[in-house]
Amino acid sequence: MTTQPTSEHGMSTRGYVNVAVILAAITSLEVSTYYVDFGPLFLPALLTMMAVKFVMVVSYFMHLKFDNKLFSWLFYTGLFLAVGVYAAALATFHFFLR
Amino acid sequence: MAETATAQPATAHDAHGAHVTSTGLSNVKLGMWLFLGSDCLLFGGLISTYMLYRGRVANGPTPEQVYDIPFTSVSSFVLLMSSLTMVLAVSAAHKRDDRGTNLWLTITALLGTTFVGGQVYEFTAFYNEGLGFTTSLFGSSFYTLTGFHGAHVTVGIIMLLALVAINKRSRVPGSKSETVEMIGLYWHFVDIVWIIIFTLVYLIPV
Repeated sequence: MTTQPTSEHGMSTRGYVNVAVILAAITSLEVSTYYVDFGPLFLPALLTMMAVKFVMVVSYFMHLKFDNKLFSWLFYTGLFLAVGVYAAALATFHFFLR
Repeated sequence: MAETATAQPATAHDAHGAHVTSTGLSNVKLGMWLFLGSDCLLFGGLISTYMLYRGRVANGPTPEQVYDIPFTSVSSFVLLMSSLTMVLAVSAAHKRDDRGTNLWLTITALLGTTFVGGQVYEFTAFYNEGLGFTTSLFGSSFYTLTGFHGAHVTVGIIMLLALVAINKRSRVPGSKSETVEMIGLYWHFVDIVWIIIFTLVYLIPV
């Protein structure tokens, strides 16, 4: 089987700039949580924004959205394995009960 | 009986010169994604260790006493923009625009250097405020986590500048656009790790 060409899909320059603008806006919102009292929404909002930025960079800048699904499988397997293992490790230290 | 030996090429190529692989995917790209998946485990360990120890301040200053959120926010923005310039470099490489590729790679390296400079300044400031590597568990875990990230960024900068130099001599082996793309993947990974670090380390109070 021959190799597929490096993804010919993907975005235009304007598309990448748009993604960067969105990321910058979300970063500004994240920083605003330092100055503005979000109350009980503070942690969920911050973690959600972090996750959204993460997925946007991985999907668009790293091209995972447009590439073969095997690459997504490889990366997210490592990621969820890391999250699972270290969540378990933290749980043994009663981190989530604090 | 004479046997006719047919020489096998060291690596098989199709009619278009592309490598033949069992998955149909580039081994280089597959290897890079595997590496990034494994690097998640490295940073997962460092981040979770920091989360465990960030409140452990027997000596020295606490996180709230040393963190400069406005300064770190600017650093974060710089690294975020470097991801944009990196993807523009990859895009230029796909269009076989060598000049554009080198320009965007150089700008990415400059932004990365700015970020690392900011980290060095931050470490120096924290040290002067009494937070050393062995001052407290918070200090040890903080410097280890952000130090490893900074080292990753530094390696990335070296790779970017090396690629610019090699590209200028037109000595990039194999597919030039794939080479740029692989370094791009590494650079974006470094950025997404910082996205997590910035939120968990700096923005979430102890």
